[in-house]
Amino acid sequence: MASVSLTVNGQAVSGEVEDRTLLVQFIRENLRLTGTHVGCDTSQCGACVVHVDGKAVKSCTMLAAQADGTAVTTIEGLANSDLHPMQTAFKENHGLQCGFCTPGMIMSAVDMVNRLGSDLDEKTVRSELEGNICRCTGYHNIVKAIQDGASKM
Amino acid sequence: MYNTNYQRVSSTDEATAAMDAAEDGKYVSGGQTLIPTMKQRLAAPSDLIDLRHIDAMKGITVDGNQVTIGAATSHAEVANSAELCEVCPSICNLASHIGDPHVRNMGTIGGSVANNDPAADYPAAMMALNAQIMTNKRTIDTDDFFTGMFETALEEDEIITAVTFPAPAKAAYAKFPNPASRYAMAGVFVAKLKNGMARVGVTGAGSDGVFRHEAMEEALKSDWSVDAIAGAQVDEGDMLSDIHGDGAYRANLVKVMAKRAVEASQ
Amino acid sequence: MSEGIGARVLRKEDKRFITGKGKYTDDVRNEHQCYAAFVRSPHAHAKVKGINKSAAEAMEGVSAVLDGHQLTGDGIGNIICGWMIHSKDGTPMKMGAWSALATDTVRYVGDAVAVVVADTPENAKTAAEAVEVDYEELHAVVSAVDALGDSAPQIHPEAEGNLIYDWEIGEKDATEEAIAGAAYVCEMEITNNRLAPNPMEPRSAVATFDESEDHYTLYTTSQNPHVARLVLSAFYQVAPEHKLRVIAPDVGGGFGAKIYIYPEEIVCLWASMKTRKSVKWTSDRTEAFLTDAHGRDHVSTAKMGFDANNKIVGFQIDTIANLGAYMSLFSSSVPTYLYATLLSGQYNIENIHCNVRTVYTNTTPVDAYRGAGRPEACYLIERVMETAARELGVDPAQLRRQNFIEEFPHQTPVIMAYDAGDFSTNQDAAMQATDYAGFEARRSEAAARGKLRGIGMSCYIEACGIAPSAAVGSLGAGVGLWESAEVRVNPVGTVEILTGSHAHGQGHETTFSQLIADRFGLPTDNVQVVHGDTDKVQFGMGTYGSRSGAVGMSAIVKALDKVEAKAKKIAAHMLEADEGDIVIEDGEVKVAGTDKKLGWHEICLGAYTAHNLPEGMEPGLKEGAFYDPANFTFPAGTYICEVEIDPDTGTTEIVQFAASDDFGTIINPMIVEGQVHGGIAQGVGQALLEQAVYDDSGQLITGSYMDYAMPRADDLPSYKVSHESTICPNNPLGIKGCGEAGAIGSPPAVINAITNAIGNNDLSMPATPAKVWAAIQAAEMKQAAE
Repeated sequence: MASVSLTVNGQAVSGEVEDRTLLVQFIRENLRLTGTHVGCDTSQCGACVVHVDGKAVKSCTMLAAQADGTAVTTIEGLANSDLHPMQTAFKENHGLQCGFCTPGMIMSAVDMVNRLGSDLDEKTVRSELEGNICRCTGYHNIVKAIQDGASKM
Repeated sequence: MYNTNYQRVSSTDEATAAMDAAEDGKYVSGGQTLIPTMKQRLAAPSDLIDLRHIDAMKGITVDGNQVTIGAATSHAEVANSAELCEVCPSICNLASHIGDPHVRNMGTIGGSVANNDPAADYPAAMMALNAQIMTNKRTIDTDDFFTGMFETALEEDEIITAVTFPAPAKAAYAKFPNPASRYAMAGVFVAKLKNGMARVGVTGAGSDGVFRHEAMEEALKSDWSVDAIAGAQVDEGDMLSDIHGDGAYRANLVKVMAKRAVEASQ
Repeated sequence: MSEGIGARVLRKEDKRFITGKGKYTDDVRNEHQCYAAFVRSPHAHAKVKGINKSAAEAMEGVSAVLDGHQLTGDGIGNIICGWMIHSKDGTPMKMGAWSALATDTVRYVGDAVAVVVADTPENAKTAAEAVEVDYEELHAVVSAVDALGDSAPQIHPEAEGNLIYDWEIGEKDATEEAIAGAAYVCEMEITNNRLAPNPMEPRSAVATFDESEDHYTLYTTSQNPHVARLVLSAFYQVAPEHKLRVIAPDVGGGFGAKIYIYPEEIVCLWASMKTRKSVKWTSDRTEAFLTDAHGRDHVSTAKMGFDANNKIVGFQIDTIANLGAYMSLFSSSVPTYLYATLLSGQYNIENIHCNVRTVYTNTTPVDAYRGAGRPEACYLIERVMETAARELGVDPAQLRRQNFIEEFPHQTPVIMAYDAGDFSTNQDAAMQATDYAGFEARRSEAAARGKLRGIGMSCYIEACGIAPSAAVGSLGAGVGLWESAEVRVNPVGTVEILTGSHAHGQGHETTFSQLIADRFGLPTDNVQVVHGDTDKVQFGMGTYGSRSGAVGMSAIVKALDKVEAKAKKIAAHMLEADEGDIVIEDGEVKVAGTDKKLGWHEICLGAYTAHNLPEGMEPGLKEGAFYDPANFTFPAGTYICEVEIDPDTGTTEIVQFAASDDFGTIINPMIVEGQVHGGIAQGVGQALLEQAVYDDSGQLITGSYMDYAMPRADDLPSYKVSHESTICPNNPLGIKGCGEAGAIGSPPAVINAITNAIGNNDLSMPATPAKVWAAIQAAEMKQAAE
């Protein structure tokens, strides 16, 4: 068993977990923050993206024990109050349908802006979304939402 | 995933001691290949020894013409290093196209080189840049390091601590991604070294993993131009063949990517 | 701003999704939750000679290891196909037995033979690996054509030679005669590639048996929870209908794959009774590739005859469809009534004949996937039309136009009676959007850059709003395809809509609320849409086949008619006015031509206080309706795709894609456009990237995203989407449906564009870079030889 202590969405949390526990399992099952999703087994779909120490990672490809001592932000903790501008942009641009990939998309989008700034062209956004798969929207409105959200961050 | 015993170490000595004590241990760095493999129950190490917190294995140094990249340096750090980009932009560019942004935040150069996945990007660069692989025990020339698909010269408990290479006069990497996995179906790293040599590392395409294309090297040594390699032959029999492309297609991609890399080299 | 019909109202449901508060099945966790892991066949075809469970049973955390003999011993019924098709010789289709856990034979890789229930998912998986199954491997066959061959293994004893049915539609002799007399015949062999649906949320089930009530609760990823409950009760005998609650909470995409009732749901329910524990199973992606019903997989030959004026005189098609190892719930209807009935396309064709043989193979069962039969029909017709135009040396747009149906209603020779449409207007709009006329200049400009540029068109028609119950009943359906609604007006005037439709991304909570806004002028925020729970909602048929607009909303409209009528009676009584003078708008109830009015909420409260109701009127304001459609609806349109190809690598870039659709009345254009975008992406995925591939032994090679190429953002363009609508005359709102059009119309447009660019028409889907490059090489060699 591994003892893990980390900060999740600003709150100190700790737990005793099996060493094999993935960060996403810790978030979903131990903390019951179920906004972070699992959509594939091969680290490609990006439904599980969270921020670890400010950087986007796939929480299905990291052990909870590896995250010991870090600060994690999930979709539930993205906004301080009300909505984050990127969340609002996804709604206003109809950037989601079934909602399953959406938390990962939004977390990736915020990370994208953090890294590349707010003036994102379409080609950049599309290329930066390599690690996030959506089956519903055809990406058209996700791209628009990210550009819009970026400009408002 | 089968159960495992996770251990975080802060020095290579601690790491090797943990490895020697483990029944069937494995080192993990970024874990972007190993953890998915464990999730699929295709790997079941008794112990997972995490090298990512060994300070001595982190960071990038440029000493005159010599570049050294700590093994625990992430792809994102390589991609974004201004200092490195100054002397060897091609390796930064390569790193910026490994996996996706999330993978690049976790995956490390040491892990990639040690794993020697036949479709990984770094091995092609190591070959072309005539890098040396530094371990906790010795320094290994790249030509002696990669010994076949997923095979390297590393001993059981040996740890890559850094890779080092002289900044090239000119270099570039061109990759054609697999439409599904986005790993390289053919990735060609070309380098014109300051000692006058030309080296060409090819990943993704070969049926025996990463390899050097010596005929292209020969041609580029005397004439660093696209035209010089226009007639280069790639034996389709030596190429991988699968649902994404047969040997003839991959052989074509190697030629096309080589030309594009030479064209883009700076 | 109006929130009524036609308004771009932002989605009510989004808030919970963008904040991570959506509630999907895998988010459900009961107290003392146990987990199921399935023991699955690693072989495509094998006899099960024995199962040794003892090692697994002794493992940590294991509650039970259950097998197929126990399942059938408990009277759990076989999985059925709910649509009877008769062969042309009059014999019924040959359905092989399908037990949720195989007893003596496994027929595809992934076929479940046992289940382990344990305290954690990992313990269940580890124990499942310890179940020893003694298999005797048999020969396997994966292609439908091979399965009909003499040397193919027999997969089910019930279906001799693996033939399920040999069915036909249309007039054979007349069609052959017309083609024999044609001035020109276009003949093609066309394959429609097998796809894996891949909703991003993997399937999941949480089953709980309450012994004190003999009652079961099933949370499941379903597009149609009531149908699931009916089938689980009536056919699989898991529990009586009134003792089974099925809840499909937020569902992360369906695309058809979540229509069916799968072995895992049956087994979880049964295992919860056996173990007296809540049993949860969530598919991983590899299991999804192996067990979610696949789509398409047709091989066809097509002959289209034209007269000397390029008018189509006959169209004959012979199709072999692969249904996989077992007949899934609606599998039989897909290559027949959802496919061959659309083979007239947008064209006036007097003679059509289609023969369809469906076969068993040792592959994952195949059933409806977004479009279901209609993409296969559209691809066939539109590849043939484009090819014919090229061979005849005429403009493909013009060849289509001169064969368009122009008068409605139009009876095709393959059952369907098209009710409304204006095909040339859609074609014009798409051509204008893409500057079709200016293409040659763009081609030259691209050529100067070393790129091959091509343009391709597709004029699709499809049938949705399925469907008139009596009609589908006469064609073999085991169910009626009406929809239900209940509109509950609360005493304070807010409204609840209970619908039998199920949303898994379509935005029903918003569009359905817009009907209330439109009818009574109430804000959509005052409306709650309730769906997906058999305890809350009256029986309904669910969502598939683009039916929630045309059928689901029609039921709501019918219920609203009743609510409005009663509200007006109450208002007339309260306002002492004539019922015919009462107008309800902007949340007020007014007497026309006077200043007399009451707030909507006052009428509603009046209905519930019942202090002052018309003589004999029952209190309350709540009405229900069942709507049975009068006809299919016929969305149609033109899609144009323009591509640039890198001849060195064979990579295709879509440089523009325009869609002009006729969906009838549009409730929310924003949501409709989103449906088209997503449909096009799946169609482009089929055309460029996706294919479920088996090796000869029946192993699925594309069992993860490492090998199955999902469309990503940088594979796709932004789309130009527009609407040119005619109103559907057969339902109260004039809606046709928009869910599948994108996936139906786009594949031929893409392939027509690529083949146009490379000058080689011999190209199958998916047009991967490797295939396109090889086709370019072949074209160059042919040219060099000439």
